[in-house]
Amino acid sequence: MSQGPAREPRRRGKRFEFIIEWALFLSALLSIGTTIGIIVVLTIETVAFLRQVPIVEFLTGTEWTPLFSVPHFGVLPLVAGTTLVSLIAMLVALPMGLLSAIYLSEYASDGVRRVLKPVLELLAGVPTVVYGYFALLFVTPLLQRFIPALSGFNALSPGIVMGIMILPLVSSLAEDAMRGVPRGLREGSYALGATKMQTSLRVVVPAAFSGITAAFILAVSRAVGETMIVAIAAGQQPRLTFDPTVPVETMTAYIVQISLGDTPQGTIEYRTIFAVGMLLFIGTFGLNLVSAWLRERFREEYA
Amino acid sequence: MSTAPFAIGADPPARRLAWRRFADVAFQVVALVVLLVALASLAALIWDIVADGAGRLSLDFITSFPSRRASQAGIWPALIGSVFIILVTAVLAVPVGVAAAIYLEEYGGRSLGARLIELNITNLAAVPSIIYGLLGLGLFVRMLGMGRSVLAGASTLALLVLPVVILSTREALRAVPGSLREGSYALGATKWQTIWHQVLPVAFPGILTGLILALSRAIGETAPLIIAGAVTFATFAPDSIWSPFTVLPIQIFNWVSRPQVDFHANAAAGILVLVLLLLSMNGVAIWLRDRHTKKGAA
Repeated sequence: MSQGPAREPRRRGKRFEFIIEWALFLSALLSIGTTIGIIVVLTIETVAFLRQVPIVEFLTGTEWTPLFSVPHFGVLPLVAGTTLVSLIAMLVALPMGLLSAIYLSEYASDGVRRVLKPVLELLAGVPTVVYGYFALLFVTPLLQRFIPALSGFNALSPGIVMGIMILPLVSSLAEDAMRGVPRGLREGSYALGATKMQTSLRVVVPAAFSGITAAFILAVSRAVGETMIVAIAAGQQPRLTFDPTVPVETMTAYIVQISLGDTPQGTIEYRTIFAVGMLLFIGTFGLNLVSAWLRERFREEYA
Repeated sequence: MSTAPFAIGADPPARRLAWRRFADVAFQVVALVVLLVALASLAALIWDIVADGAGRLSLDFITSFPSRRASQAGIWPALIGSVFIILVTAVLAVPVGVAAAIYLEEYGGRSLGARLIELNITNLAAVPSIIYGLLGLGLFVRMLGMGRSVLAGASTLALLVLPVVILSTREALRAVPGSLREGSYALGATKWQTIWHQVLPVAFPGILTGLILALSRAIGETAPLIIAGAVTFATFAPDSIWSPFTVLPIQIFNWVSRPQVDFHANAAAGILVLVLLLLSMNGVAIWLRDRHTKKGAA
């Protein structure tokens, strides 16, 4: 008789535990749903787009004029714009990020690192629209003093600013990789009479190579997907060029341009943003996967 | 003939050593200079914006509506829009994100499903934010018929910050010592009782800090909201989740895109307000963390 009431709450408790676990599991599953949602939405509109524009024309065409009366849907000018700006950003972020990482990991004392690192990471917390302002109204006029031919909208200035924005990402991931290198390797190098520089460049960096490469690839992916800096400072003229002084348009800036206009939904112009978005998604997703794989490999090397 | 190599050989090692020492110092200086250049660009950025915008900052600027005349324009609808959007985003993203993190950290273990979800979250965190904008446009604005509303924008941002919320919450949960859980189990508590009464209270300050940092990232987001239906010229503040809206970064983008210098000053002043908002959110996060750590220690 006394068993009844005692057992009842316990059974209810068990069912409660079961429900909780499922509710938590469903929440975790939502992240898979997000990925599926992205793929479904992009695929539906891209397929509708490719029904009107042959995929060969889209991927190999050299003219991008979807809003003209005789529209051309060759995505290469947008791809060239994205490649050019990302390349400039990488030329800034990779050497500077790697050198900063070497300094923070190998040279700086704990006190110096504790001050410099958070300040450096502030750079990553600045909203991208602020960097756009900085590129258009500070860096471009500054560069025009040295390069008079530089157009008011160009690839160079947003590329440089984007590089500065990405620098903390490169620096902190590369530093993590270098700090993961066992001390014994460094001590072995010192014992052979190597200086700190020789040890850093010839022992630590090669040993952390896959981790550093993972950081670089993630940085490229970030540059390719970056939007507001280029939408503000690179212009809106899709052209197939590698000249950094003239206005260009990136894939992301094009998506913003169409979204700001009043292009009616369901039209082919409207579908272009999903097709371009699909290309962007495939590209960055591939880069992210390679980066994650490299990081995993690095972890195994020194596990 | 045999002495010559010795005579020459005695000198170079010393010279080589001096050269190596010099190279080592030079390299260190170059690396430090590079780091300082990066920090100097941050200083230039701050100086540029303060110089351009501080003169425009006033109470009128904050409480006025946008206008075709730069000197009368203000940020009121955008500021309210930003605060509103972030609150709705928090309501949508926080419970789901924390629940997902609890599942992955406390229940999931190393099962295939949990590992798949984990890999997926790492990948989602690196998807460009503009792609989330396209998702929001296709899914919330159109398929679910939310239109260009606060709800559609906040839902888009909620999906965007979800991976960050999950990652930072997991970090906070991982910092809770396992002995606490074991002690609770030893007293006969169930798994959920342990999590609810022991783990979550201890992890709370860490979780909260992570949440505020994730949301402060969302408040600076521009591109996904442009794609997912924010308006660029709002003459009214949103008053329900179905209202059209704009946010501070989009208002700044609108102003910086105009050719007139007066509007650029407005953009700089808008940036100052945005940065103050960000700094105060971060300040609150740090304050909360400190307060709770002190309480825990006492």
